[in-house]
Amino acid sequence: MSEVKKALALISGGLDSMLAVRVVQQQGIHVEGVNFFTGFCVEGHTHAIRKKDRARPKRNNALWVAEQLGIKLHIVDIVEEYKDVLLNPRYGYGQNLNPCLDCKIFMVGKAREWIEQKGFDFIVTGEVVGQRPMSQRKDTMPVVAKHSGADDLLLRPLCARNLPPTLPEREGWIDRGKLYDFSGRNRKPQMALAASFGIDDYAQPAGGCCFLTDAQYSAKLADLWQARGSRDYGMDDIMLLKVGRHIRPRPHFKLIVAREEGEGNFLQGYKRQFASLTTVSHGGPLTLIDGDTSDDDLKLAAGIVARYSQGRQADEVELLHTDARGRERSVKVKPLSPIEVKQEWHA
Amino acid sequence: MITEPEQLDARGLLCPMPVIRVQNRVEEMKSGERLRAICTDPGALNDIPAWCRINGHKVVSSEERQGEYVVVVEVGEA
Ligand code: SF4
Repeated sequence: MSEVKKALALISGGLDSMLAVRVVQQQGIHVEGVNFFTGFCVEGHTHAIRKKDRARPKRNNALWVAEQLGIKLHIVDIVEEYKDVLLNPRYGYGQNLNPCLDCKIFMVGKAREWIEQKGFDFIVTGEVVGQRPMSQRKDTMPVVAKHSGADDLLLRPLCARNLPPTLPEREGWIDRGKLYDFSGRNRKPQMALAASFGIDDYAQPAGGCCFLTDAQYSAKLADLWQARGSRDYGMDDIMLLKVGRHIRPRPHFKLIVAREEGEGNFLQGYKRQFASLTTVSHGGPLTLIDGDTSDDDLKLAAGIVARYSQGRQADEVELLHTDARGRERSVKVKPLSPIEVKQEWHA
Repeated sequence: MITEPEQLDARGLLCPMPVIRVQNRVEEMKSGERLRAICTDPGALNDIPAWCRINGHKVVSSEERQGEYVVVVEVGEA
């Protein structure tokens, strides 16, 4: 008997990669999964931060999918390396700051290195031709295979019959006749296949697997780069952009206003890196100040924070300004009215 | 004989970072050895055991202690 062939599958936590794995498992292939963590993944984070989300049972979808499939899962931290992908995408961005094509090339390339090191035979993804405007088009799918270095070791079981045969098919490890020819944005074939496998619980990715496909998130990231005068970021930036209301009343500073208690607790952890404002005379949100503020700026900032406090109708609200070194001073202001907090200040 | 577990400080990290740290440490350990991970993200109480189940490791204990979550993992057979 010939030895069992081994495949590494890219697992996002969504339905498509789950189906792709099932399809190749049915052909007797040993599959293990890999999940790449860029920092921008929708998974995890915000659940841990926002209080209202804490009540919901939280699961890491990639781990959950792997468990359903009965496969091992390797989670790889690519936060640092991913910066170059996001900052200098060769194929540019999608609708927002999502460099999907470069991202896919990078991830498949990493998977290619991995299978070589571990002696696996090929790579599986849940991609479907024509499903995503950027990375999953008929003309871009070969680009991913080629530039990742995976070439014909990259099998997409859900749409393989629309693509040239790959090595696993040509070698007879995989029966091409039992692969699929899905294409386009219609999700019905996937749902029918899921039903045939008895899979009825799965995450529904809305638009994409990461925050970079989110218009608001991308706007905040672009605003951060512009204000800094350089396109760079760290893990703290990634996190802080996911949290709170971001208001930039002047080009040189912005406010991150907690929207609820969980966010307030999270922002507390950054008080040694940022100046902050807390309300004293009334209940109100913790606010971080990113950037240097003059006395006038501080008054303006305090007026904005007061507008989001329980003293928004009061004649005067007292706040405490604490700088990053812990020095405190009191600020008393009249809260701004809603229309005074200009729409264009919201990043 | 059970030796003292190794320690992993994953405090301040948000999921999935704690589970990634556990994974990377476990990769360097031998079967039967133990690792005690201390986390502050409550998600670790789900993620680390889930990761152990699918990768063939054992969760010896998992508990909350004053806002910290402590999970002890025993490395399984390779
Ligand atoms: S949505 Fe995000 S993670 Fe997914 S391919 Fe695009 S850039 Fe990469």
